[in-house]
Amino acid sequence: MSPRASEKSSPARDSAETFDRADLARRIRVEALRMVHRAKASHVGGALSMADILACLYGGTLRVWPDEPQWPDRDRFILSKGHCCSALYAALALRGFFPLEELASYGSPGSRLMNHVSHKVPGVEFSTGSLGHGLPFGVGKALAGKRQQAPWRTFVLLSDGEMDEGSNWEALLQAAHHGLDNLVAIIDHNKIQSLGDVAAVLSLAPLREKLEAFNWSTREVDGHDVAALSSALNSVPWNRGKPSCLIAHTVKGKGVDFMENSLLWHYRSPDANQIASALKQLGGTA
Amino acid sequence: MRNEFLEALVLEASRNPRIFLVVGDLGFSVVEPFAQRFPDRFLNAGVAEQSMTGLAAGLASEGYHVFTYSIANFPTFRCAEQFRNDVAYHRLPVTVVAVGGGLAYGSLGYSHHAVQDLALIRSFPGVLLAAPGDPLEAQACVRYLSAHPQPSYLRLGKSAEPRVHVAPIEVRPGGFQALPPAGGDSPGSCAILTTGATLKLGADLCASQALSGAWRLFSLPLWQRECAADVCEFVRAHARVAVIEDHLAAGGFGSFVRECLEPEPALQERVRCFSLAPEVCGIVADQLSLNRIGGLCSERLEPILAALTRLPRS
Repeated sequence: MSPRASEKSSPARDSAETFDRADLARRIRVEALRMVHRAKASHVGGALSMADILACLYGGTLRVWPDEPQWPDRDRFILSKGHCCSALYAALALRGFFPLEELASYGSPGSRLMNHVSHKVPGVEFSTGSLGHGLPFGVGKALAGKRQQAPWRTFVLLSDGEMDEGSNWEALLQAAHHGLDNLVAIIDHNKIQSLGDVAAVLSLAPLREKLEAFNWSTREVDGHDVAALSSALNSVPWNRGKPSCLIAHTVKGKGVDFMENSLLWHYRSPDANQIASALKQLGGTA
Repeated sequence: MRNEFLEALVLEASRNPRIFLVVGDLGFSVVEPFAQRFPDRFLNAGVAEQSMTGLAAGLASEGYHVFTYSIANFPTFRCAEQFRNDVAYHRLPVTVVAVGGGLAYGSLGYSHHAVQDLALIRSFPGVLLAAPGDPLEAQACVRYLSAHPQPSYLRLGKSAEPRVHVAPIEVRPGGFQALPPAGGDSPGSCAILTTGATLKLGADLCASQALSGAWRLFSLPLWQRECAADVCEFVRAHARVAVIEDHLAAGGFGSFVRECLEPEPALQERVRCFSLAPEVCGIVADQLSLNRIGGLCSERLEPILAALTRLPRS
């Protein structure tokens, strides 16, 4: 008997709608930029690098319903790179999990939209901020899903920098050992971490080979090609009995020319001139 | 105590389908009955305490009450941040179980001495601490925790601990367990208060002729910050309270008792705390010898308690 057996079974729901993912990605970028500008917050570079991934997840891949964020059979999404939550909050608000206007409170005193992702926000499963926590938690969820023969999947989005954390490699071992093909890890591989290039700080190469050696099913994709991203994400598991890891090659600061591939935008918040320029490039207004 | 813990957990799991046991590749000759009877609710996470605790939180978020099981500092200090963030902050029903609380693994050295665990874990808001002092308290703690799933820490002894209670008991947070008086019907205005493995030492002291029945033994197996009013009430009812813990003084059970008394300075004067001296760290010996080296033995405590009995009451 599983814990679910005692709960009211959930009636089926139609598949989630599919959205214009390229436009959703653009709007995520616009909202995230506005948020970090208003809040004078950091980490916009990593928010922009994962915008297309989020657009694909929330634009069709994830079976989630904004009017019922806790629907028992929803797919579970965990943002392990919690410092880049501006983009996730934007995606959730754009999908209607909470009012778009609330994004203006990001990082302000008393707001539930704190600068690291918070489970107190509708649609957020798990709070992170310290790196290396999302994947082990996701392994637990996926294991529960397996033991309960549940239909939902677990998706975890990680940064490449956090692949330095030993806890992630523990979780990689466990997920493969237990054949968790209902678990998907996506690595936002923008090649820049806190103090420099990943290759210079602590090289992950050869990343795909390492993951393959850990017995994961892997794919590599241009992390800004929404068609390629969706095609990969919508076809998991790629191998029955194996967890899937998508290495998404991305550009830190993607979409704003002066932020692209720049370590500076891990830290800096755009000033008035910079936000105007950034939004102009993305077709938005300040 | 670990066998009695497992026995109680199997019993609870037989009637509660939410109970799930995750071990960190430890528990040889202990956990097998659970693993065999409930294979769908058992997992060996491997020697990987960080992800063990993270995945336990993930399992708990999907409806399970997860017990993680390992030795001494491994399920606590090694993965302190997972306990703090993933379990406690998210208010998830995970009970972290450490075998070998205090100096139970004395001969295995400092790595296996759990003498700072209470300090670490009680700094996490909302975590209930369980430190049973004998097998009956251990089983009572399992029953309580199973009925009240929440972020919690269960600090067990190891094996062959003597029974101090004479019959099964029920426990609750802030519920002081009064042990039967050792000799006669003394008014018992002086109280020895223990949590965890010092229960036996407390019983020996109460029974000692040198103290002639002046001290009554109490234990507090389940406690957390929310029990402050219970602690005040307990101290108010006694002229003297001697707190004995197999933990370093910094942040331990004695500290907890003192913090609870913060609003009532007059009550603080009634309390004396006896903790392990830090000199014990790094020494290898059996549990009894180490406790003696750390200052927790009848020979040292008897004269101190005798002197306390003679002091005018505050």
